[in-house]
Amino acid sequence: MELNFSIEGGDFTQAGQASSRVKAVLKQLGVNTKCIKSIVIALYEAEVNVVAHAYKGWINIQIDKDKIRIVITDEGPGIPDIGKAMEEGFSTASKKVREMGFGAGMGLPNMKKNTDELNIETVVGESTTVTMVNYF
Amino acid sequence: MTTAVPTYHALKVDAQKCIGCTHCMTSCPTEAIRIRNGLAVIEQKRCVDCGRCMRKCPAKAIFVEQDDLDKIKSFKYRVVLFPSVMIGQFPENYSEDQIYAALLKIGFTHVYEVEQPIGFLKESIRESCKKDKDHRPHISTFCPSIVRLIRIRYPSLAENLIHCKAPHDLGAHFALEQLMAQGANRDEIGLFYVTPCIAKMSAVKSPLGEKESIVNGIINMNELYNKVRKNISTKEAPDTSDQRATLTRDGILWSLTRGEARHFGERSMAIDGIHNVVKFLERLENEEVPDIDFLELRACDQSCAGGNLLSGNRFLTSERLERRAKRYQPAIKFKNHPIQEMAATLKPKLALDAIKPNPVFILDQDREKALEKMSKMQRIICFLPGIDCGACGAPNCQALAEDMVNQKAKMSDCVFLQQTWQEENKISTSKALKNMEKKWGKDRFKADCNKRGRRNEGF
Repeated sequence: MELNFSIEGGDFTQAGQASSRVKAVLKQLGVNTKCIKSIVIALYEAEVNVVAHAYKGWINIQIDKDKIRIVITDEGPGIPDIGKAMEEGFSTASKKVREMGFGAGMGLPNMKKNTDELNIETVVGESTTVTMVNYF
Repeated sequence: MTTAVPTYHALKVDAQKCIGCTHCMTSCPTEAIRIRNGLAVIEQKRCVDCGRCMRKCPAKAIFVEQDDLDKIKSFKYRVVLFPSVMIGQFPENYSEDQIYAALLKIGFTHVYEVEQPIGFLKESIRESCKKDKDHRPHISTFCPSIVRLIRIRYPSLAENLIHCKAPHDLGAHFALEQLMAQGANRDEIGLFYVTPCIAKMSAVKSPLGEKESIVNGIINMNELYNKVRKNISTKEAPDTSDQRATLTRDGILWSLTRGEARHFGERSMAIDGIHNVVKFLERLENEEVPDIDFLELRACDQSCAGGNLLSGNRFLTSERLERRAKRYQPAIKFKNHPIQEMAATLKPKLALDAIKPNPVFILDQDREKALEKMSKMQRIICFLPGIDCGACGAPNCQALAEDMVNQKAKMSDCVFLQQTWQEENKISTSKALKNMEKKWGKDRFKADCNKRGRRNEGF
């Protein structure tokens, strides 16, 4: 089955909408609770990333009987140095975003830790596409 | 002792009184209620005994079964075991001695408040938290509704539940030990627990992981309150303070909001009201919550002072208990009290095995089938109006879609869809009316000036 969401940049109240919905769906499918937790954490981080850094974004989710594939695409600044962004504690978040309690530089590392496959494609100044796959 | 029923639920619907409105259905935090044939039906697997439905029912049709008070007569030692909130219900002009005297007059031989000696429970919880550092925050098992809620709806958090029983277990074992030390036989002792809420009633009837319930009977606090009011006198009563010798300030405050949270961890939180708890647990599950050591979660607003079998105003009850607590010593003062000799006997009895999750919201055990149902639900949702009116007998459109894929409802149950179908001549008017009658009862749509709903509420 498929789920689609869109995100507005800058609206922190919206972050968590997709992950909450996905959580409810996976629970009803009887997916292992630890597995749900990882997926929800990774997706929430991804949502926050779009809200904190990009102008707008789209989430496409494909759920099969043995895996979930999440693709998050945004229009935004892109990631100039993916290697650096994967380091814990590295963040380009603005002061304003940090004051809101986000931007601790744990986003991408957390996503990596909580997914089975993580792929990031980015064009600096244009967009980023993150693909995450988790097997149940 | 009575044999435990594995999944006892205290809430029942009185078919004579139920008017088949939707108030209970829409207030249920686990969507456990549907309307069928003009009557509310509670799905046992989903019910957490929080009692929101009972509170909301305008016809007083949702009730609890209770044990007959006459049952006490068959025992030589008749123990009334009540939580401290019971005292908080009485107006201040009645003293503790007078309340105790009335209980003895009713026929009990021994009076025990469950929160004595709370120090043992406090230590047990502390030890249990210390042992398990991996699952934080530690979640209290005090409120049985919350335990059930976590087991069915938040299975990933079941590991966080503390491996410790509740004060009523402590009180029961304490009373038993004391009486047996005085020479009583176990089968001569009748323990009667006075419950402030429906959830505790169910928890005592079917205790987690035990074959037998330690108590012999359960008394609805409302009922006992009325009995005491009938038998109480404002004349001077004999001094019964020795029966409260090990009652502490901590014990009296235990069942109020923050009663537990104040004792455990550097960072603790207390949340009361089941809908507040649901919102918080959703966040906790997503790890959107800061580092917290201890969580006290209670289903009723103002915790047990707002218990659904209490008759007093919850804020007044709370206030009286806070004042009462000031007259008692804190638990720490009992460190060298002779009561400590009982620690070795009582503390092991408070240990609880790990609580297993019991997820009931899974669409199908077979993942492929569940996925199929989920996709079907998504398609059905597109056709439903999204008004969440409840006229189909389900609490909202999403729940109706779920019922449909589980073969418990049909598309035509939606009154709006049915209306459109009539317009398109897909269904006859008489068939449509029959469908409605199936949900709401045959005489539901006849003119009746005495029809009761929740009218004039709020004026």
